[in-house]
Amino acid sequence: MTGPEPRSSTVTDQIVTSLYRQAERLASEATLPQGRGRDFTPFIDRLLASRLTGFPIMLLTLGLVLWTTVVGANYPSQVIGGFLFAVEDRLSALFLAAGAPAWLHGILVLGVYRTLAWVVSVMLPPMAIFFPCFTLLEDLGYLPRVAFNLDAVFKAAGACGKQSLTMCMGLGCNAAGVIACRIIDSPRERLIAILTNNFVICNGRFPTLIALSTVLVNQFVRGSMGTAAGGGTAAGAAGAVTGTAGAITGTVGAVTGTAGAVTGTAGAITGTVGAVTGTAGAITGAAGGGALASLIVVGIVLAGIVATFAVSWLLSRTLLRGVPSFFALELPPFRWPRVGQVLLRSVLDRTLFVLRRAVAVAAPAGALVWILGNTMIGGTSVVGHLAGFLGPFGRLMGLDGFILTAFILGLPANEIVLPILLMGYLSTGMMVKLDSLPALGAALAAHGWTWLTALCYMLFSLLHWPCATTLLTIWKETRSRLWTVAAALIPAGVAFIVCAAVAQVARALGWG
Amino acid sequence: MGPSPHPRDAGYPVVALAGNPNTGKSTLFNALTGLRQHTGNWPGKTVLLAQGVARHRGVNYTIVDLPGVYSLLAGSVDERVASDYLCLQRPDVVVVVMDATCLERNLNLALQVLEVTDKVVLCVNLIDEARRRGIELDTRALAAGLGVPAVGAVARAGHGLGEVMDAVAGLCTGAIATSPRRVIYEPEIEEALRRLEPRVAKRLPPGAAARWLAVRALCGDLTVLEMLTTPATSHAGVREVSPATPAINVAAGLPVSGRGGAGGSAGP
Repeated sequence: MTGPEPRSSTVTDQIVTSLYRQAERLASEATLPQGRGRDFTPFIDRLLASRLTGFPIMLLTLGLVLWTTVVGANYPSQVIGGFLFAVEDRLSALFLAAGAPAWLHGILVLGVYRTLAWVVSVMLPPMAIFFPCFTLLEDLGYLPRVAFNLDAVFKAAGACGKQSLTMCMGLGCNAAGVIACRIIDSPRERLIAILTNNFVICNGRFPTLIALSTVLVNQFVRGSMGTAAGGGTAAGAAGAVTGTAGAITGTVGAVTGTAGAVTGTAGAITGTVGAVTGTAGAITGAAGGGALASLIVVGIVLAGIVATFAVSWLLSRTLLRGVPSFFALELPPFRWPRVGQVLLRSVLDRTLFVLRRAVAVAAPAGALVWILGNTMIGGTSVVGHLAGFLGPFGRLMGLDGFILTAFILGLPANEIVLPILLMGYLSTGMMVKLDSLPALGAALAAHGWTWLTALCYMLFSLLHWPCATTLLTIWKETRSRLWTVAAALIPAGVAFIVCAAVAQVARALGWG
Repeated sequence: MGPSPHPRDAGYPVVALAGNPNTGKSTLFNALTGLRQHTGNWPGKTVLLAQGVARHRGVNYTIVDLPGVYSLLAGSVDERVASDYLCLQRPDVVVVVMDATCLERNLNLALQVLEVTDKVVLCVNLIDEARRRGIELDTRALAAGLGVPAVGAVARAGHGLGEVMDAVAGLCTGAIATSPRRVIYEPEIEEALRRLEPRVAKRLPPGAAARWLAVRALCGDLTVLEMLTTPATSHAGVREVSPATPAINVAAGLPVSGRGGAGGSAGP
């Protein structure tokens, strides 16, 4: 990439002027005088893109979409899980009846099939709800308003406001988000956007986070206090979440260190998080764990945005120094989405596309992990050895060796990290049926998880490193091995610092 | 849906969809090809070339969906992808998809496309939205003013697509002749272009858009400058460039200017 360059020259200006003069004349020739029409867009924009109401509406929208997803995904997840694991029993019986060797049954049923069943039952329902919601917002024309709202913050971080559009793209898939960075003119700002796109939660991570937030609330927050406590539980849970949200932003603040401007904006965001979490208490009392779980996901999404700002700010003051450039952002008119079309397309194209990809990667990964988990060296499986080796490092970050192993083995695709982890746990000999989220929670608790493990897992999943596909795309887009390595190491460093800080602070306070 | 450097593989006439961001190119693309390129109401959604086949009155066409750009003066990578594609790959017909609600800004790009090729169809999309806002457009005046066919359309509802493809077919067979209106620049720039264009043409495969590449070179576009210093056969699409001396301006008799690729990209 070449360095930033000054724009405009007399020649360019003259050429552009000639073009515009002619365009202006032709446009006036072709436009017929007419009566006044109706256009509500400016009025709506005064609400959506205002300094006062822009951010709250944004957070409210995000919260509403995630709440719908969390609450809506719970039941179908259990139904699909129950069905798929019933099929597993039949398959096992079939293998037994046919006299198949144990290793074949292990690889195919306990490895490949079981991983696929987890991927489908955990990922399909949230995707089938989240994607249509998001696509509706997209078709409506809301995304450029988000970019508009965030522009000032990006400018303060020394980056380009268009970055928020690339982040929206990354919300689908980080690789697509990285390619979308082509819309940013300045090579410097484009690199910043590429390097930080990972902090936007992609399709591969959303379902896991949604599942884990539900587990976190039901298993570790409410479970530990007893379900009978009622209102007290709600209040306590809300308190815990406010605490963790504070901890997240606090640690992010610590990462940035002297990042004045960013921390300022982060503060603003934290403030709103605080406000939202404050209302959380009230909502929780009434609506139960769903609202709390979705608020946790909102918190994680926001933590990712804060990390994006913080790292952008750091980069634009160290490795990628420069001043932010100006750009024109078009706010398109609101268009009423074609609801039927959106539902059909986002389920058929996006959901099934992502699921197909997940299944394609998860099947071989399931087989591989089963083999690793059942190949014994000196009485311990290969996975066990890996986990043992990584254990101390993992515990430092509030995780354990198996979790870290799963994240490393899950490099090909984020979708398979949780399945790999479960395979790893199961290889320790504890056979658990995982046909529903409560069962998942119980299994994780049986392996020593606490609310802190769940929180650190979610934070690590949010921050860690981009998947292999994204890294390959970053290499293709930058043609630089150095920046590709940086794109993996920077998030890894952030993940390490944030998780370690959260874990250590929580333990020091006696919470973990 | 990935980019392909050889859209002519199937032997069908190649029709490129160009236009400002968020004017409905991908919607038109999907309607014509039956494919499902991702669409959305925000500028900057398509950054890669998407390609599909459309069938109209028994004839197949390869349709290429270009990234939405405000200018072909190639400032950002997506603008360069669109500009290089039009200048070097030479599609048989370019459909300029225009937003009827802000015609002037869209015409700026249409004029630039007309600098690249004669075979242009103007698809004035979103006329329903313009009408709601009290804007009524005279597509016949537009066609007369620019010297190419102009069709009003509502791509979302599928209105006007047949007429667009009729015009495309007419341009392919030669049944419709165009007499595009050229932009006249300042005299000294015209003079520079007159001297530069043959040199650019010499470096390029026959048929490449020498005039517009000369304009880009005058604006200090490093991609074009490098193209001119390498053998004529080896360039393709987008590539990384090393800084080259802007000797081209000296050659054209103009004062040496700074590197100014993106002059026209900032919108109105």
